[in-house]
Amino acid sequence: MNQRPLSPHLSVYKFMYTMSLSILHRVTGCVAAAGFLLFVWWLMALASGPAAYAAAMHALSSPLAKLLLVGFTFSFVYHFCNGIRHLVWDTGHGLERAQARRSGAVVIAAALVLTAIAVWFGCRAFGLAP
Amino acid sequence: MSLRTPLSRVLGRGSAGEGVGHWWMQRVTAVALLPLTLWFVISLLGQSLQSYDAMRGWLGQPWVAVLTILLVFTLAWHAKLGVQVVIEDYVHGKAAKTTLLLLSTFIHVGAAVAAIFAILRMALS
Repeated sequence: MNQRPLSPHLSVYKFMYTMSLSILHRVTGCVAAAGFLLFVWWLMALASGPAAYAAAMHALSSPLAKLLLVGFTFSFVYHFCNGIRHLVWDTGHGLERAQARRSGAVVIAAALVLTAIAVWFGCRAFGLAP
Repeated sequence: MSLRTPLSRVLGRGSAGEGVGHWWMQRVTAVALLPLTLWFVISLLGQSLQSYDAMRGWLGQPWVAVLTILLVFTLAWHAKLGVQVVIEDYVHGKAAKTTLLLLSTFIHVGAAVAAIFAILRMALS
């Protein structure tokens, strides 16, 4: 390896809130990728038969698993919303500083609301009326 | 004056040797995932998750199976491209980087094959 500074050299920039949204996009992407593996495990359980599916649903109903599911849900929803923001940027629109800040706030609000809705539906699916 | 050869300029592959292929497929899979994930999540909300028979019946329908296969295939591809960039950016040792990139590729391909197998088994049995 040579000693030239390699991108991304984050420490040279002044911190701005839009930066944390960008970093969060990567973090939530990685968490969602892990959530995808859990989804595949769930599909395999469903394909394996009633006993395997019951065991999987039982494992997913533990408090720790529920917390994990909420985390996966938020990660997916945030990555989905912020991904749309990135796709709009790819067309060359919305890149002005004020616009990027505003769209960032919209993404955060949308991600929180949609996560709350998904958690409400999730509670119903597990038979917990909130 | 550019020091790049005319051939390299025409091919447009840049220093990594693969041009914008990675960047472009990340966008193609992202655009495909917008309707696919939206469809899957909304459809899933209407199902009774606790019932094995209901879930098998739902996923066993031809169009649901086809769309779910497209979903897991595209998800695995998109995740593989994204995780690859994260590893390339933050893991600097050559051995560690290569190992993790290989591992990530194997896991994503394995997950996609497992998911597609599971769906086919439910749809065709």
